[in-house]
Amino acid sequence: MHALMQAFGPEEQEEFANAFGLAPAATGTTISRRTVLQGAGAAGLIIGFGWLAPMGARAAAPEAEGAASGPLVPNAFVRVGTDNLVTVICKHHEMGQGNTTGLASLVADELDADWSLVRTEYAPANPKLYANLKFGTMQGTGGSSAIANSFLQYRTAGATARAMLVAAAAQAWNVPASEVKTSKNVLSHASGKRASYGDMALAASRQQVPSAPMLKTPAQYVYIGKDHAAPRVDSVSKCNGTATYTIDVKLPGLLTAVIAWPPSFGATLVSFDASDAKNVKGVTDVVQVPEGVAVVATGMWAALQGRKALKVQWDESASSALDSEALLAQYREQAKQAGTKFARPAAMHRAPADPATTIEAVYEFPFLAHAPMEPMNCVAWLHDGMLETWGGHQFPSFDQMLAAKAAGLPLEKVKLHTLVSGGSFGRRANVWSDFTVAAVNVAKAIDGRAPVRVQYTREDDTGAGLYRPMYVHAVQVSLDTKGQITEWKHTIVGQSIMAGGPMAGMIKDGIDPTSVEGVSPTSYDLPMMNAELHSPVLAVKPLWWRSVGNTHTAYVMETLMDELAVAAGQDPLAFRLALLGKNERAAGVLKLAAEKAGWGKPMKSGVAQGIALHESFESFVAQVAEVSMHNGKIRVERVVCAVDCGVPVNPDVIRAQMEGCIGYGLSALYYSEIEVKNGRPVQRNFNSYRALRIHEMPAVEVYIVPSQVAPTGVGEPGLPPLAPAVANAVAKLGGPRVRRLPFTRSALIAT
Amino acid sequence: MSITLNVNAQNHDVDADPNAPLLWVIRDDLGLTGTKYGCGIAQCGACTVHVDGEPVRSCSAPVSAMAGRKVTTIEGVSSRAAKAVQKAWVDLDVVQCGYCQSGQIMSATALLEKVPKPTDEDIDRAMAGNICRCATYQRIRAAIHAASAELTA
Repeated sequence: MHALMQAFGPEEQEEFANAFGLAPAATGTTISRRTVLQGAGAAGLIIGFGWLAPMGARAAAPEAEGAASGPLVPNAFVRVGTDNLVTVICKHHEMGQGNTTGLASLVADELDADWSLVRTEYAPANPKLYANLKFGTMQGTGGSSAIANSFLQYRTAGATARAMLVAAAAQAWNVPASEVKTSKNVLSHASGKRASYGDMALAASRQQVPSAPMLKTPAQYVYIGKDHAAPRVDSVSKCNGTATYTIDVKLPGLLTAVIAWPPSFGATLVSFDASDAKNVKGVTDVVQVPEGVAVVATGMWAALQGRKALKVQWDESASSALDSEALLAQYREQAKQAGTKFARPAAMHRAPADPATTIEAVYEFPFLAHAPMEPMNCVAWLHDGMLETWGGHQFPSFDQMLAAKAAGLPLEKVKLHTLVSGGSFGRRANVWSDFTVAAVNVAKAIDGRAPVRVQYTREDDTGAGLYRPMYVHAVQVSLDTKGQITEWKHTIVGQSIMAGGPMAGMIKDGIDPTSVEGVSPTSYDLPMMNAELHSPVLAVKPLWWRSVGNTHTAYVMETLMDELAVAAGQDPLAFRLALLGKNERAAGVLKLAAEKAGWGKPMKSGVAQGIALHESFESFVAQVAEVSMHNGKIRVERVVCAVDCGVPVNPDVIRAQMEGCIGYGLSALYYSEIEVKNGRPVQRNFNSYRALRIHEMPAVEVYIVPSQVAPTGVGEPGLPPLAPAVANAVAKLGGPRVRRLPFTRSALIAT
Repeated sequence: MSITLNVNAQNHDVDADPNAPLLWVIRDDLGLTGTKYGCGIAQCGACTVHVDGEPVRSCSAPVSAMAGRKVTTIEGVSSRAAKAVQKAWVDLDVVQCGYCQSGQIMSATALLEKVPKPTDEDIDRAMAGNICRCATYQRIRAAIHAASAELTA
């Protein structure tokens, strides 16, 4: 595993912050200016917008590429070809979460496109055109924001294209534009005139670009919110083996490299002997890179054999002391000390002298690896004074900037090709761009002689650090005789994900919001909360892991709510509702999940329901888990999930994300833990870092709240309530109140 | 050494280390990249192919053991069961990231070729070796039942 050498200094942090407008205020979605461009090429109509984020750090200059370069350089959101195909250019990274389908359906709806004629492409790195509007001026996918930040932008792109097609038809037929109808790629008029979008594309490209095209009202939607109207665009290619992932990239003379990474976090290279490695048939180069020693070969097997034959000496004197068990003990002690305040009791609040009940608890969470199915990889090719990369570029802005830096090339000489990824769950959204930089470093070390793919093995990937950090929560909550919460002391200990990186500017008054989100802010009215944070620094790089801080905060809050309800002699559902005040959307999903699950109904012996609610990424999810326990073995039989994510753009994609979050969350709850011993990660592959398998998957029912509110996230919010809902059911069955994850730590065995 | 491999009903002469796993030979030498690498130790099933009709984890099968046997990959699978499985997978939008799905489809196809009407327990047994980190398991189960219904209609 590698230590991801270069830490960012203050200068680089500033550079990033300036480049991407990464100031905390730059998170709104108000559009301050819009630039529309028009490209009249032989292939038809190209439309693009330069959207400025509220900070307006840089002016949009979309005219640079699109208009001049024609359709072969996809720098716009939509293209209507003379072949009648509608191509949507997707600015977000597809890792399985379905945003390609989502973005395409936004355009197709406003454009009245025929779904079978819609194609998709992935955008190049160009933050001026393709910034995530929730991230300021940075291009990237994360925080469950793909549809949320694109909802107006992509619809407007489609509506503009439609307006120009309509204008062209009106002109050709000499009728008022208001009389031209559109449906499924066809323009028509009551007089009997008809034309396909392809027929009219060229004429449309000569029309005025409307300054403010009319958007549909919800009643006019044909795809948005319509179940199964816009099936996934990537299903067929992913079912016949033709989808191209980074591991599948083919280029002339492409070489494969594996790296001998440092064996412990922070180990440094002393020396290496490549003589045996170079004798392995197929090995072409053995080169030192900042990451370690790269073995380059004509194929993966030769590279692996070469690495096995390589002799490397590491200095682990500074790294071998790290031990996760000792670290936990240290965190537990730290939790008793005063930390940095992130929630203070309201001035009015007076804690009573003698509470009726006090619950004191310490919760412990392990390091978690993301373990997406496709281990990290990237292809880099240095040629003709430029660098091209092929990869799962989830954060193109960082990947491009760091690739340029590693290659010693200006940004404009670095071209990123973003491919679909075999999962990410946060792993590829990293500001260190570890896999991209590694590929560039190897390409450089072989003097750009050939394109090269750096491929991590499963062990390399699982051992790479960039984990969901370990956390300890220590809480003390008191109730009065009426069951009212009177006191809430809460201390969190765990690495800051943003500290030391280019996003450190998001840390305010010593509080990384991703360390505390879910405790503060919370959906509940808890004016008595008194909370503090400790953010220790470790050699293991931290990273966001599906739902980030909510992975641990929701578990603490929602198992505590359950325990408090029991202590107060109240129903856990009623107890929560009483604390939700005016938070109607949170209460709404809680009541919906309870109703659909038959909350409170008599259960068979050995079966119980647990409930949990959590708000994250501006969406609200409640789940009821039905758990059975027989002979000490537990099984989650069924999960009823209610979600309010605003306008449900693609209902079936939302259901799939809820199912996925539940399965991914259950994996972690049951099994997932990376231990560190002697500075080395212990679990390295699926035999020890277990993943949920088909027989362990509960039956999942998803209920989506109808809504006209702007859409919010679905890729992550389904995860946080799962673990506490299951844990609450286990406690109801007479099992332990599990305070250390995963369940295997409490001898709870899943079947 | 030189080995004649029969993959997707075509013979290929390859010069390979006899210990090389079938996975890397079909991917790197034959260019058939639909079969995926996930773990290298037969734990995840992303590399599943058929060898003489049986599901095999190609990451852990030495290429030397493949001489004289018929290897089928996702690119070449074309039986009635395979078509039904792929159709059901698309109809139910099973995939998310999709990386494991070649292997899932190969395992499901092998199951249906042997057991046209599998029970949930049959499915658990046949599919337990295929990990999906996106947890598309509920849809995989439904798609196998749907494909079964089509095959036995």
